[in-house]
Amino acid sequence: MTVHAPAPIAFGDQERARIRADFPILGRTVRHGHPLIYLDSGATSQKPYAVIDAERDWYERLNAAPHRGAHALSEEGTEAYEAARATVARFIGARPSEIVFTKNATESINLAAYAFSNSAAGGGGRDDRFRLGPGDEIVVTEMEHHANLIPWQELSKRTGATLKWFSVDDDGRLDLSAIDDVITERTKVVAFVHASNVLGTINPVEVIVARAREVGAIVVLDACQSVPHLPVDVTDLGVDLLAFSGHKMLGPMGVGVLWGKPEILEQMPVFLTGGSMIETVSMDGATYAPVPQKFEAGVPNAAQAVGLAAACDYLSNLGMDKVSAHEHALTGILLDGLRERPWTRLIGPDSLENRGGAVSFVVDGVHAHDVGQILDDHGVAVRVGHHCAWPLHRRFRAAATTRASLAPYNTPEEIGAFFAALDTVPGVFGIEV
Amino acid sequence: MDLYQELIIDHSKRPIRMGLREPFDAEVHHVNPTCGDEITLRVDRDGETLTDISYDSLGCSISVASASMLAELLTGEDLDTARHTYAAIRSMLTSKGEDPGDEDVIGDAIALAGVAKYPARVKCALLSWMALAEALAKTGVNLSEESHD
Ligand SMILES: Cc1ncc(COP(=O)(O)O)c(C=O)c1O
Repeated sequence: MTVHAPAPIAFGDQERARIRADFPILGRTVRHGHPLIYLDSGATSQKPYAVIDAERDWYERLNAAPHRGAHALSEEGTEAYEAARATVARFIGARPSEIVFTKNATESINLAAYAFSNSAAGGGGRDDRFRLGPGDEIVVTEMEHHANLIPWQELSKRTGATLKWFSVDDDGRLDLSAIDDVITERTKVVAFVHASNVLGTINPVEVIVARAREVGAIVVLDACQSVPHLPVDVTDLGVDLLAFSGHKMLGPMGVGVLWGKPEILEQMPVFLTGGSMIETVSMDGATYAPVPQKFEAGVPNAAQAVGLAAACDYLSNLGMDKVSAHEHALTGILLDGLRERPWTRLIGPDSLENRGGAVSFVVDGVHAHDVGQILDDHGVAVRVGHHCAWPLHRRFRAAATTRASLAPYNTPEEIGAFFAALDTVPGVFGIEV
Repeated sequence: MDLYQELIIDHSKRPIRMGLREPFDAEVHHVNPTCGDEITLRVDRDGETLTDISYDSLGCSISVASASMLAELLTGEDLDTARHTYAAIRSMLTSKGEDPGDEDVIGDAIALAGVAKYPARVKCALLSWMALAEALAKTGVNLSEESHD
């Protein structure tokens, strides 16, 4: 008898088998016939038939340019595209008009950052909240993915605003002890990650939002690693803008979302301009369509949006509470396993509290690339490198880490196979354990 | 697996001629942006002779071993040998496994032949060689130039 009862696995044997059967790629083998053990969903998730079929169905039955033309296909296509928007909105507790489809989270964040600098350059809108200049401040954190760091670095360069950040403590949590000195009356934007793609840390959104409210700063949340794994409701979070990618939540590549509070989206200047985002146009200028259309220039990625809606439905059918509980239990197995192997060093919180399913670690004396290669030779796919969070890796004095990350289709058996493969690493590199 | 030959492990654990030394004619810093592997490499050249190649390498076993093999192969050699060796290594690594490599030309680096089958790792093995080419270019030497015997 063990002292600790293992956390229950939310999806039982039969349900797990059913879920896995929905993902055709999980049936393939890699590298000399090993069954694929996919622990890299943090980079991109696999897709169920429902999503693949929805995208195919768009092209087989509905394909036409949405919001352009009045023929039957165009009408049906427009309807399907807007229905997809409604489904995605429901998934995060929003209204359809608050959902802007983009290419991915990177584009969503850049859209916001460029909208801010268009404001600084005198373009669109007279709302001072978006206008940054010298003396203003942008606040980020040391644990940001490059996608939520570089757009703000660039915005600060373009506008003369100062970039500041919260540092990360040894456990991989944000150091908010000086929050009142970091977020000040000069702060115009606070951009941070909900769940870290490296550490797994889930940040205390309410604490940061409360301080940002005191100073009137706009809050941008990178929800790339939370929306796919936890129940997320935008009204509970209280942020102003929120970005995520479809491909990390069982949806297709090529579609992402920028959600915004209606009042923010209405006042925010446009970024990409062109067809479909206009109201009237003359040779001298143009007026723009209402939200969300004013942020969706050009023929949209409708097939991918429809695929993303299918992914939301798939996740809703599983139940986000169960998805989250399932991944939580598997995260526990990963953390226990690393703790039992003193030759590994976890980078991130060694606790399940406020923690997502990205588990990064180093193996003493072996570079992450080499760890990943050995795992790969056993059919285990993990991510190695700095995971687009180079400053964070510097902070932990790790050139690179190995990361296992989870999705609803992963199983305890797969975690077992991961550890069995990991246990061969020290031998290959002559490390005494 | 065939990738991690003994020779690679040995070179990566005890890299030959590792460490940055004086004097030198040129220094470069190369980074592999996908994984963050880094090398700082210096060359010291006396006419046609590479009198010293010194380096500081932070990276996976493949990239460190490759730098070690480079330093072992080319220190004290002339530029023609460097050009030959560089061409042979590049050919082997970028051949997807078709060019098995010639041990007489590339010595221990023959152990890197298996890397050619892993496209994601070819850059690791080439990192130090690209650094050498750039360092020599700074001294006015083109390593890719055909040698004229
Ligand atoms: C936390 C986080 N933010 C942003 C991104 C960027 O997502 P994408 O590359 O899909 O735009 C990622 C994933 O790569 C991520 O994990």
